[in-house]
Amino acid sequence: MKITSQEDFWAGIMFIAFGALAIFIASDYPYGTAARMGPGYFPTWIGIVMVILGLMIAVSGFRVQGQGIGKWPWKAMILISLAFIFFGWAIDNLGFIIALFVMVTLAAMAGRDYRWLEAGIVAIVLIIGSWALFIKALELSFPLWWWR
Amino acid sequence: MDSFAALLPNLALGFQTAVSLQNLTYCFIGVFVGTLVGVLPGVGPLAAIAMLLPATFNLPPVGALIMLAGIYYGTQYGGSTTSILVNLPGESASVVTCLDGYQMAKNGRAGPALAIAAIGSFFAGTVGTLLIALAGPPLAEVALKFGAPEYFSLMSMGLIASAVLASGSMLKAIAMIFLGLLFGIVGTDVNSGMSRYTFGMSGLADGLSFVVVAMGLFGFAEILNNMEKGSDAAGRELLTKKIDHLYPTMRDLKVSVGPIVRGTAIGAFFGTLPGAGPTISAFSSYAMEKKMAKNPEEFGKGAIQGVAGPESANNAAAQCAFIPTLTLGIPGSGTMALMLGALTIQGIAPGPQVMTQRPDLFWGLIASMWIGNAMLVILNLPLIGLWVKILQVPYRILFPAILTFMAIGVYSVNNLDLDIYMTVFFGLMGYVFMKLKCEPAPLILAFVLGPLMEENLRRALLISRGDPTVFFTRPISAVFLGLTILLLVVMVLPAVRKKREVAFQEPPGA
Repeated sequence: MKITSQEDFWAGIMFIAFGALAIFIASDYPYGTAARMGPGYFPTWIGIVMVILGLMIAVSGFRVQGQGIGKWPWKAMILISLAFIFFGWAIDNLGFIIALFVMVTLAAMAGRDYRWLEAGIVAIVLIIGSWALFIKALELSFPLWWWR
Repeated sequence: MDSFAALLPNLALGFQTAVSLQNLTYCFIGVFVGTLVGVLPGVGPLAAIAMLLPATFNLPPVGALIMLAGIYYGTQYGGSTTSILVNLPGESASVVTCLDGYQMAKNGRAGPALAIAAIGSFFAGTVGTLLIALAGPPLAEVALKFGAPEYFSLMSMGLIASAVLASGSMLKAIAMIFLGLLFGIVGTDVNSGMSRYTFGMSGLADGLSFVVVAMGLFGFAEILNNMEKGSDAAGRELLTKKIDHLYPTMRDLKVSVGPIVRGTAIGAFFGTLPGAGPTISAFSSYAMEKKMAKNPEEFGKGAIQGVAGPESANNAAAQCAFIPTLTLGIPGSGTMALMLGALTIQGIAPGPQVMTQRPDLFWGLIASMWIGNAMLVILNLPLIGLWVKILQVPYRILFPAILTFMAIGVYSVNNLDLDIYMTVFFGLMGYVFMKLKCEPAPLILAFVLGPLMEENLRRALLISRGDPTVFFTRPISAVFLGLTILLLVVMVLPAVRKKREVAFQEPPGA
């Protein structure tokens, strides 16, 4: 048996995993009866259907010819995720300006032909622009710095 | 025919509401910003609305909705502009427009292509607006009589339709629906007060935020996808030729009339169906025009019908998607779910009662749709130069800007850092979905409908004392379920399946 469609096989595995997890967690919730559904009733059935569908999809991974999954852009995935997470943490702790500056410059490193000076300028322009738009014009309240 | 008689006073009320300086301004800003964002690669209507949602928080309800609707068809239209000018569809509904639109532009006929797209969209938008005004009131009346079984069956039909009409494997699309239902359950169960799937995080007690899921799956994931493709160089053949004459010739107009009318009809049909949408309408219209044309060999080489039909179709569909959303309170697509979310944020419970309780809102929105469509025509043709300039901005500068808007957009909904972290989670997951060829659109629809479906299932079974045949013994519910099963059976037939695969095949050059 050879996997001919990586994307089908792994998609199937993914759905089985989600379904199994759903059933497992829902087993802690009261199931109830059809007439008086408990909080576990609906998710258990969803999980069961997902496992069945996942099996069918995974099996088709041995029959269908796929295009393959291809490479993963690890650098971009890590940098952009980190940049975003930093923003979430920093906006309340360090303020709007630093949060945006670090996020933009960090994310920019993921791009092709990265230039640090250009990234810095982009960050400053974006900070001024979004300050004018969101804080001044739309009156959303974000702390600019770490003090209030 | 009540709705005919009431049409004029209703529309009059609508225009009274929409034609205030304030609301016209909101409409204009919406359309302008929408087109601007629609021109950007990889930002479709859904991500655009999610990004700009916080901008409407401080507006009055009518103004907020008018602006969001403006953004919605603005992005739709911005997508066609880039398809024609640079062969880069801003979103999936304008993939077909690339085929002939870009070829026309290459032949020096970018002007007529853009103009016919605008005219077709405007015509479709006008018809769509009228349809909403006509079909809205009677539908809402019927919907008021729906009980839990009817709602459950109707939502099942919408979800299955969205899977059938999604591109790629139908089995995966159905699995994505169930995954979406599962994500919809996260949070506190309304009946028992029990926390489900929150993993002990208090920030999840109210459930996953729609903006977070949408932004992750459609915004964040798309950026990663563009990074991989390196979209700076690839696919961006900028048109250097000047666009000299804008106006289509008499012959252009003559051959476009048929495609525009047929495209509008196709779009209105698919748009009204919950779950179907602009993309399938555009594809169907293209296929139809190619079959009906006297010059099928010209298709793909710059046939104006190949622009006129699909552009009218996707706009009609975009417009008619408001029908189930506004009358039944059931969104037909992720974008519509966002519009409903905006209503809820404004403190208005979506559903058939909106029309009677807030007629100014309902009719004002409808009137502003038409005004928005008119603005698009007036706005876009002179501003083409500006859009082209924006396209020349390299992606390495563009994506930090998109990221900034996303971050602020997500954070400002609840001022919660957890929302940002969850966006990363859904973004990475969305990228995995792309890699595994799993279409996320059905998931997002199911995510919105999940809690509603559970609640209606629970109620239906409570009334029937646990007897599941209730879904088949109530006539309206039985019709919906029958249609759902029919849809599934038809799609499994080998002949139809083949046709569906052909219809969704990425056309060469797109």
